[in-house]
Amino acid sequence: MTNSTLARRAAPSRESLLSRSAAMLIMLICTFYFLVPIWWLFVAATKDRSQFTSTSPLWFGDFNLFANIGNLAAYRDGVFFRWMLNSVIYAGAGAAIATILAAMAGYAIAKYAFRGRELAFNVILGGVLVPATALALPLFLLFSQVGATNTFWSVFLPSLVSPFGVYLARIYASSSVPDEIIEAARIDGAGEVRTFFTVATRLMAPALVTIFLFQFVSIWNNFFLPLIMLRDEGLFPVTLGLYVWNTQVSQIPEIRAFVIIGALLSIIPLIIAFLGLQRFWRNGLGSGGLK
Amino acid sequence: MTLDAIAPKRRSGKAAQHRTAIAIFVGPFAVLFLAFYLVPIGYAFYQSLLTVEREGTFGKATEVFGGLTQYIQVFQNGPFWESIGRVLLFGIVQVPVMLGLALLLALLLDSPLVKGKKFFRLAFFAPYAVPGVIAAIMWGFLYSPNLSPFTALTRNVDFLGADLVLWSIANVVTWVYVGYNMLIIYSALLAIPTEIYEAARLDGASQARIAWSIKIPLVAPAITLTAIFSIIGTLQLLAEPQVFKSFTSAVTSTFTPNLTIYTTAAVPNIYLAAAFSVVVALFTLTLSFTVLKFTQRSANS
Repeated sequence: MTNSTLARRAAPSRESLLSRSAAMLIMLICTFYFLVPIWWLFVAATKDRSQFTSTSPLWFGDFNLFANIGNLAAYRDGVFFRWMLNSVIYAGAGAAIATILAAMAGYAIAKYAFRGRELAFNVILGGVLVPATALALPLFLLFSQVGATNTFWSVFLPSLVSPFGVYLARIYASSSVPDEIIEAARIDGAGEVRTFFTVATRLMAPALVTIFLFQFVSIWNNFFLPLIMLRDEGLFPVTLGLYVWNTQVSQIPEIRAFVIIGALLSIIPLIIAFLGLQRFWRNGLGSGGLK
Repeated sequence: MTLDAIAPKRRSGKAAQHRTAIAIFVGPFAVLFLAFYLVPIGYAFYQSLLTVEREGTFGKATEVFGGLTQYIQVFQNGPFWESIGRVLLFGIVQVPVMLGLALLLALLLDSPLVKGKKFFRLAFFAPYAVPGVIAAIMWGFLYSPNLSPFTALTRNVDFLGADLVLWSIANVVTWVYVGYNMLIIYSALLAIPTEIYEAARLDGASQARIAWSIKIPLVAPAITLTAIFSIIGTLQLLAEPQVFKSFTSAVTSTFTPNLTIYTTAAVPNIYLAAAFSVVVALFTLTLSFTVLKFTQRSANS
């Protein structure tokens, strides 16, 4: 409010110093808000137990990050890294397969006329509105019916379905894969499936990266499904493992340090994925938001 | 003419080919969608209609069809409706605050007022890389009266007490998702051709005026999308309160609808838990459809 009145009073054609300063001030305050917790986590992860409580929480004591990681790797036969590996498999393989399946379905809905096409798309769209957590208990009931709870597959298989991915793939395929190119491939004698994998996927690449990233994040963050499905610690994803450790802090105080260092290590893969792929997802996001 | 004559034959041949291709493309997704979306929902609904009958207090339990027995229990369950009320209150406050902040930051990033856009964009988006569970653990430490870097504040304000804990959780959710929503709105802003507001600028309109009269109406669809996803997320709140249970007794085992479902299923009373799930899912669907229809209507009028 104050910002808009300030801007309105300012000289018409050029932005005044005042409104520019106000804008930068908002940006700086928000930067602190968003980054200080992560900074705190990083600093806390570099400290040993005594310095965690005795030194300033927002600045370094002795730099023990690597010693802490070593202790974490030694604790309970390195079960933490087992959880990290599990998460990478659940999220990496799950998102890759989900992306291919969603891309094929979205492409087919965009490019072929077949009976029940709109109905199928609307049902899938309804699926977008049914969040993963709402399905956790129904899935648990179903898997327990066939005696498959507490297995790798009980968490992995449900994560292969991405209705939002189909939606995004359809929109993107209609706008960025011209019918002429498909027709040209047909005339060249390429089969439909081959055309999709050699021509269409290349044109749909930005959407595919976006679908992959979103599915990766949602599997990596998924908590309710593993919480309700898994009992065996060896199958835990990293979020569930750290959650269980966090509930034990009051009984086993030394575990707190492992929770903190583990929390830091668990967010690094996502940060790397986002930084590495940012030029893709920035374009892809817009296509989902506008239409 | 000659082309027309052979066309029908070719087309029918191609249609048969395409049927195989369509099956290959759509089949795998359809099977998994059926198995892990539609069937579980149907099965949960079926289970919600069952009830357990015993011969005497310690007799053998048998599953029998109970009709709407579980739903009557759902409607009589005070803590469950309290939890629905709690997340609705949460959503009414948190979603507008979060989306308002996301919109403001997106508009600032899109305006010529700000330098260093690339840095700010990444800084605001970084929390999205932190899973809800981890974010809740982190903020749990930051709220703690002894371990927080802001003990001057946390020793005087009880962020984990019964009065404030809901809003402390709201802050965690806001912290994680502002950047994500900001990026969706920002991408929509980038897609607007600049010529649209070039004229307004030449007429001497301020940035605030351009934002209010031109940009915000044009990105309304993107805001609707983020609003729907935020509402869904609010009703599904689980990870953050579940983590906060370790930090404070103010978070009960029926704090949110999903916590109620989890607690009920762990008892185990899976038929009642299934009925809760169905009610929550219907509630979510109704609410997001209402938002969608409401915003579509106001956009048309």
